[in-house]
Amino acid sequence: MELHIALQKHFASFTLDVDSTLQGNRIGLFGPSGSGKSTLVSLIAGLQQAESGRIVLDGELLYDTSRRINVSPDKRRIGIIFQRPHLFPHLNVKNNLLYGFKRSTAGNRTIDFDALTDVLRIDHLLDRGVNNLSGGEKQRVAIGRAVLSNPRLLLMDEPLSGLDDTLRFQIISYLKSACEIFAIPSLFISHSLLEMRLMTDQVLSIEQGRIIEETTPENLSRSRMGLNPAGYVNLMKVTSPTQCEDMCAYSWGNTELLISGKSDQPDSLFELSSKDIILFKRHPEAISARNLLQCVVSGIFESGGKVGVELGCGDERLVAEVVHQVVGELDITVGSTLFAAIKASAFRRLG
Amino acid sequence: MFILAPSDYTAILLSIKVAVTATVLSLPFGFAAAWLITYGRFRGKVVLEVMTNLPLTLPPVVIGYLLLLLLGSNGFLGRLLGSIGIRLIFTWRAAVIATAVVGFPLMVRSIRLAMESIDPDLVHAARTLGATRFNAILTVILPLSLQGLIAGSSLMFARGLGEFGATIIVAGNIPGVTQTIPMAIFEYASSPSGDTMALMLCVVSIAISIVVLLLHEYLCKQTMRAD
Repeated sequence: MELHIALQKHFASFTLDVDSTLQGNRIGLFGPSGSGKSTLVSLIAGLQQAESGRIVLDGELLYDTSRRINVSPDKRRIGIIFQRPHLFPHLNVKNNLLYGFKRSTAGNRTIDFDALTDVLRIDHLLDRGVNNLSGGEKQRVAIGRAVLSNPRLLLMDEPLSGLDDTLRFQIISYLKSACEIFAIPSLFISHSLLEMRLMTDQVLSIEQGRIIEETTPENLSRSRMGLNPAGYVNLMKVTSPTQCEDMCAYSWGNTELLISGKSDQPDSLFELSSKDIILFKRHPEAISARNLLQCVVSGIFESGGKVGVELGCGDERLVAEVVHQVVGELDITVGSTLFAAIKASAFRRLG
Repeated sequence: MFILAPSDYTAILLSIKVAVTATVLSLPFGFAAAWLITYGRFRGKVVLEVMTNLPLTLPPVVIGYLLLLLLGSNGFLGRLLGSIGIRLIFTWRAAVIATAVVGFPLMVRSIRLAMESIDPDLVHAARTLGATRFNAILTVILPLSLQGLIAGSSLMFARGLGEFGATIIVAGNIPGVTQTIPMAIFEYASSPSGDTMALMLCVVSIAISIVVLLLHEYLCKQTMRAD
């Protein structure tokens, strides 16, 4: 997908002024609330008009003030998944799902209804009224409705912000699989770094209506580590849990991790703050933390007055956060060996 | 004893006929006006709002007189219609027009209230899903303002049954032709021996109103259930 946007629109508090060409299938738009993200979504979808500028999607001109071109939203084939599901209350689940499908032209219909309802696990809900669905079910139907309209671009305007944490990561996996299986390029809008890392490959950072940075979600998280109260969040995919007393042992690459709590799923995703990792130069004699990993320093970076230490543990990577003096005291250089201690209770389950 | 004169039956039927016709005719216009006021962005929107609400504040007699000036044989519309052989004044059609004008603001208000409670993002969602502006009105706004349409119709119908001031000026009080329930009651009340008959028609009026209100409740419950 290639999307060129050059748009200007004035507001009381700021001016939206962007000029960028986005290439890729999983692009993120990151910024604080009020930075103009949602306005940009409306402009791209055609629900609002910029005062001047142009929008070109995959070579097709959708909006151009100088040539007075403004393709209406229904002709743009750009789907939106909103913050809230916004299902049509007077239609049942099936008719909500088919609303966009019926209005797409036969030649563009590539999504199979049964395959989609199967992916989103909503096939048992089809005859239900939408007012009797749970929050997660509603958002899944909303995803299905947008995907079934056979869009060439899917805009996701903070689709997870209205959900609690457990639901958030369930929905993320549905969003990811729907976009991957049906090959729909997406533009994901959020103010959550974590969501950016899970949903996108590249990120445009927007502030006060301007694009200030174009980067990868990984680099964005690293550059914000020092300023973020949670530090850098390590995302850890672990497998094959075995219960031992009140903890669970998981495989993480070729390392074993002990994590508090029980597990009934084969795969889990945990987050671990860079602040919760204690580094030792030599193997400590005895330690209360349940995880002690021997690592090799693979990178050192500076972020907001703090130092991030990238550690290689087997095939996996971890980022620990230290203050400047520590680098000298522990003689941390790329290639040096360190021991990382992590408490079993420091991990937080995401999904 | 419940006795009605044959002319009373005619008046009752005529009242219902006028109120139903006025309501049905006003529905599409009421919906369009409510849509323009709720969603339209154009110059002179205030004028439209004031014009729709004006009959609510004007005395019905004033409305009747203005209609008479407009539709009378010397009026602008009257002459135009006269040239193609249509005469409205002092026919039941004039009563329909008077009833429609007087009840219109009530209908627009009810529909507007319903439309304003529709989340604009529902309409946005419909547009991005491929619905044209008109199609979104038909498939999202119309069904979601159904309760407003029902409420507006009931209100307008009930108001139409009682329409007196404007109707008597443009349609007159001709028994069997333009005499509706309120006019018949007026006539009975003006004659010394008409008290019982006037009361009978009052009972009929109350009965019709109760039926309309019950029907309104029923329809609203039905649409809620469909949600």
